[in-house]
Amino acid sequence: MPTWAQFVLLSAAKSVVVIIILLTAVAYAVWLERKVVGRMQNRWGPTRVGPFGLLQPLADGIKFILKEDIIPTNVYKPLYIAAPMISVALALMSIAVVPFGEQLRFGSFSTPAQITDVNVALLVLLGVTSVAVYGVALAGWSSNSKYSLLGSLRASAQMVSYEASLGLSLIGVLLLSGSLSLREIVNGQSGTYFGFLPRWNFFPQFIAFFVYLTAAFAETNRIPFDLPEAETELVAGYHTEYSSMKFAMFFMAEYTNMFTVACVGTLLFFGGWHGPALTFLPMVVQSFVPLFWFAFKIFLFLFLYIWIRGTLPRFRYDQLMAFGWKVLLPIALANIVLTSLYIGLTTP
Amino acid sequence: MQPVATSWFFYGLSAVAIVSALMVITRKNPVHSAISLVFTLLSLAGLYLMLYAPFVAGVQIILYVGGIMVLFLFVIMLVNIEHNLREEQFNKQWLVATIATVVLGALFGYVYYHGKGFFPAAVPPTPEQVNTQQIGMSLYTAYMFPFEIASVLLLVAIIGAVVMAKKRI
Repeated sequence: MPTWAQFVLLSAAKSVVVIIILLTAVAYAVWLERKVVGRMQNRWGPTRVGPFGLLQPLADGIKFILKEDIIPTNVYKPLYIAAPMISVALALMSIAVVPFGEQLRFGSFSTPAQITDVNVALLVLLGVTSVAVYGVALAGWSSNSKYSLLGSLRASAQMVSYEASLGLSLIGVLLLSGSLSLREIVNGQSGTYFGFLPRWNFFPQFIAFFVYLTAAFAETNRIPFDLPEAETELVAGYHTEYSSMKFAMFFMAEYTNMFTVACVGTLLFFGGWHGPALTFLPMVVQSFVPLFWFAFKIFLFLFLYIWIRGTLPRFRYDQLMAFGWKVLLPIALANIVLTSLYIGLTTP
Repeated sequence: MQPVATSWFFYGLSAVAIVSALMVITRKNPVHSAISLVFTLLSLAGLYLMLYAPFVAGVQIILYVGGIMVLFLFVIMLVNIEHNLREEQFNKQWLVATIATVVLGALFGYVYYHGKGFFPAAVPPTPEQVNTQQIGMSLYTAYMFPFEIASVLLLVAIIGAVVMAKKRI
């Protein structure tokens, strides 16, 4: 078999595995959110379908597929149908450059635990995130409804504004690690400071992390930045006119983006798959420990998402814009200046 | 791994770029034009990737597709399109257009047949080479002055936009 055919087959196999795992994780993230927010609001969350409501995602999926798919009369059909596809496809695309761990070994065959190792992975991620605005923007425009249009206008303004801060917050990390490849950034974070503190970028770059987290919340349209779908003013924002599986696609895209944000945050600021080696475990289990640490950190990120959703109210629109441009952007710029000064003064 | 089917990718991407560029000027609905322009920019990014310039391709997508075109679309969505659809699309200026086309075509033909000396034969880069750092280095050493001039120009543009938009500063 020629090398390119091997490459294509291997990439396809990896993509299928990763997408299945990711979509399952997305379904259970919804379950987790409903459970946790339920407990925060002093109620149970889903309990009926399966033990602890664990089969609820399955029931939801069946419900979404079987519901009637209504296409309103005056929508612009090609874009109306394409918009949810753009959203979900771009959300899934960004996971392709995320590394999950070191090499995977099956006997003599070994391959990196990542769909494709790009040396400008961070640029790919930023690019995909910035293109993802089109899903939301076109959905609102093609729906031919005032609420949808307002929602999508808000979404595009918000995402363009916070993208600047998002990109600038990553530069501090890039300065420290000197590479755009996610794998090299993670490997630069192995070891410890002073013998006990893990060498994570979070400690020197905690300002950048704050900016990243805030901007990422805005990029994924989550509370407190969920203005594009503010139900008190806009019914459901850009997806008002969508029903059935098309709505579910927007929903999936949102949660997949949450996972991507969590993955990138973990890789850039929290040392990726590095964690304490659990030497007491048997050798076969040992090889999965990095994957476990990675999944655990992502879980903590998702919990933070849900926690904030259960805690904070929504911003007002002018507050959102003022915060993005007048607070977040200057902080991000100041962080870059400080980091480059430090690096310039310490490296001979 | 050696690159495969490069000519197919090149002709495919070029075809997409040209066809969607034509769509930009022939569509009546401005939203369709904007989307066609997005496709042109994306296929250009693909062509940059084929020249092993991943940084340029990434920046092309982030800035043009993700930034500028979103703002275009944003403004178009605010405009009443019904009015635009009834307007005459092309100004009938056959003479000027023909002259411009002929001159441009002659220029292209000249460069194609006699232009070998214009471009020094460069060493083709390998896919594994990281050229992001090289771009940074040459921007801050050899092209320092143009780079700074461009940044001052952008600053002036930003201040100008603020002055025009705000009644009271």
